[in-house]
Amino acid sequence: MTGAQILIECLKREGVEVMFGYPGGSVLPLFDKLYDSDIKFILTRHEQGAAHAADGYSRATGKVGVCLATSGPGATNLTTGIANAYMDSIPMVAITGQVKTFLIGNDAFQEADVTGVTRPITKHNFLIKDVKDLARIVREAFFIASTGRPGPVLIDIPVDVQQQDIEFIWPEELKIRGYNPTLFGHPGQIKKAAKLISQSKKPIIYAGGGIITSGASHELKELAEKIQAPVTMTLMGLGGFPGTHELSLGMLGMHGTAYANHAIMEADLIIAVGARFDDRVTGRLDAFAPSAKIIHIDIDPASISKNVKVDIPIVGDAKNILGQLLEEIKKTPDTSDWLKTVDSWKKKHPLAYKDGNKIKPQYVIEQIYEATKGDAIITTEVGQNQMWACQWYKYDHPRTFLSSGGLGTMGFGFPAAMGAKVGCPQSQVFDIAGDGSIQMNIQELATCVCNKINVKVAILNNGYLGMVRQWQELFYKKRYSHTSLYNPDFVKLAESYGAVGIRVTKKEEVRPAIEKALSIDNTVFIDFHIEPEENVYPMVPAGEAINRMIGGMA
Amino acid sequence: MRHTIAVLVENKFGVLARIAGLFSARGYNIASLAVSETLDPTISYMTIVVEAQDEKILEQIKKQLNKLIDVITVTDFTKKEHVDRELILVKINYSAKDKVKLESIVNNYVAKLIQHKGDTAIIEMVGAGERIKQLLDDLKQFGIKELIRTGKIAMA
Repeated sequence: MTGAQILIECLKREGVEVMFGYPGGSVLPLFDKLYDSDIKFILTRHEQGAAHAADGYSRATGKVGVCLATSGPGATNLTTGIANAYMDSIPMVAITGQVKTFLIGNDAFQEADVTGVTRPITKHNFLIKDVKDLARIVREAFFIASTGRPGPVLIDIPVDVQQQDIEFIWPEELKIRGYNPTLFGHPGQIKKAAKLISQSKKPIIYAGGGIITSGASHELKELAEKIQAPVTMTLMGLGGFPGTHELSLGMLGMHGTAYANHAIMEADLIIAVGARFDDRVTGRLDAFAPSAKIIHIDIDPASISKNVKVDIPIVGDAKNILGQLLEEIKKTPDTSDWLKTVDSWKKKHPLAYKDGNKIKPQYVIEQIYEATKGDAIITTEVGQNQMWACQWYKYDHPRTFLSSGGLGTMGFGFPAAMGAKVGCPQSQVFDIAGDGSIQMNIQELATCVCNKINVKVAILNNGYLGMVRQWQELFYKKRYSHTSLYNPDFVKLAESYGAVGIRVTKKEEVRPAIEKALSIDNTVFIDFHIEPEENVYPMVPAGEAINRMIGGMA
Repeated sequence: MRHTIAVLVENKFGVLARIAGLFSARGYNIASLAVSETLDPTISYMTIVVEAQDEKILEQIKKQLNKLIDVITVTDFTKKEHVDRELILVKINYSAKDKVKLESIVNNYVAKLIQHKGDTAIIEMVGAGERIKQLLDDLKQFGIKELIRTGKIAMA
């Protein structure tokens, strides 16, 4: 078999059903074999779209997303998508073509040192110099990408390696001596944690993306209910615990709910699960949760005690550890007073906005929530649209909220929605976008239309790069430096690709437009002309303690 | 404060770049780095001397190193009994009248005068950090023109 055939055979054995990518000179042998393969290939219109689509596919399904591009510019175009997956620990395998082995280092046409470029943004990467290593490396790549703290792995394959002929041997055994993720929590640590939980009076669970990655939602719910602790989630953790549950406090942090931020600041015990105390969550570090003891459960030892000092670290898989904890906790704490206090914050400082005659973005999202009965998969771009999507849609199930958390990549939502729809064709997939972000990967309209990937895009069109404008308003004396946008006619633009465009300029048109979009069997852009200078509140200014919030009261 | 860390890594191309990249990306300082193959040719041994302001940063360095797939083990020698050595070459000003004085210093440190040409001499010494520092102090009187060090290697 040739290298290209071996690669495709390996991908099939790894269970790959679909790939996203773009052809080019250095992947021609591979594309020639793909032509006869039953792996579904989705041709995007830009490699960045392919990487985000593979990422969105992975987030929605839990499977490894696969993207493919040629050498040089093809590969460098993938990098934003790879970095995005890396920051959010998304299992992905990126395959790139490379110039012939004897040309490497020669500044050959379309050559870039792709393993060099992607070293800091991949969990691991490989340059294959000999076809006999190919099958083993593909196996290792999928194993590394999908286990431990998952992440993207890149395989760079020179053209001549794709062409070389060799007998195909599937490596049954896999042994990587430098890689042994810890899966179960240390029993001694579990005991200590259980004791601390039993003794606590004001516990809070702070849940991150690790809950979703490890499939621990069920165990998390059991734990929260057993010990009667409120649960707050990071952006990556939304959906990991039902947003409509009475113990849910929604998201915490810079644009979190006031009650979540108050609760974590007042708590005497924080149970952090699969979260990493990011600066957007903690605010000013030395003022964060001053009287709380911290139990930190994470599969990545390097995440523990990186930002805050932890009392009880437990390294391992969240699902396993929560299971171990549930067995170990005999005496549950009495938290009734604490829950009453938290409830009073909920009543006193609810999420709120001033409604009026104009279209408010929060209202649009509430209407999407009602129209989809909370059952859609929501993706977002980055900025105000993303924060409103966190606040105003309630996520009851894991893998229904897909958003670029760590990297904050504008242009993620639309291709990610595409990938999610390919992975979950039965679900309605809605990208909540801004007029700025949507233009960063708008070329994927062609991909959606010609592959009949029917996603819905709600453009919250305020004619601004809204989040940057908000910061300029609040911290730069309203000097709106380069944040006002000239936009195309999004309706005509969608139509020119063969999709459907709907413009909404009046409040009473909002719900009918959403209903109409949901009923159309095509990709739909809804261009909502929203209140241009609406802000996201509450807001914690950068560098402040997270209970020092601006706004939020209607 | 300086800490000595021994790292066993896969002996493959690109591994040094991964280690160096990790240090630069996270803003850690490498004071010295010595790499070579071990008895097992698939494994390389790196002795890295790192500059870490506090225990937390040292912990992070070790954890981040451990996360690299090509890193097999990480050993911190900070609180562990070990021996370490470094090889240095020092070029000093030299004139015939200093011969006796220089020879006595060289002998005292079990160093070696390995070359003298015209008005310079090169001295070689293998030793641990403090001993090397003392030698250099003693050689100052002649005027040190150049100093090259291999960086520390350490073994438990």
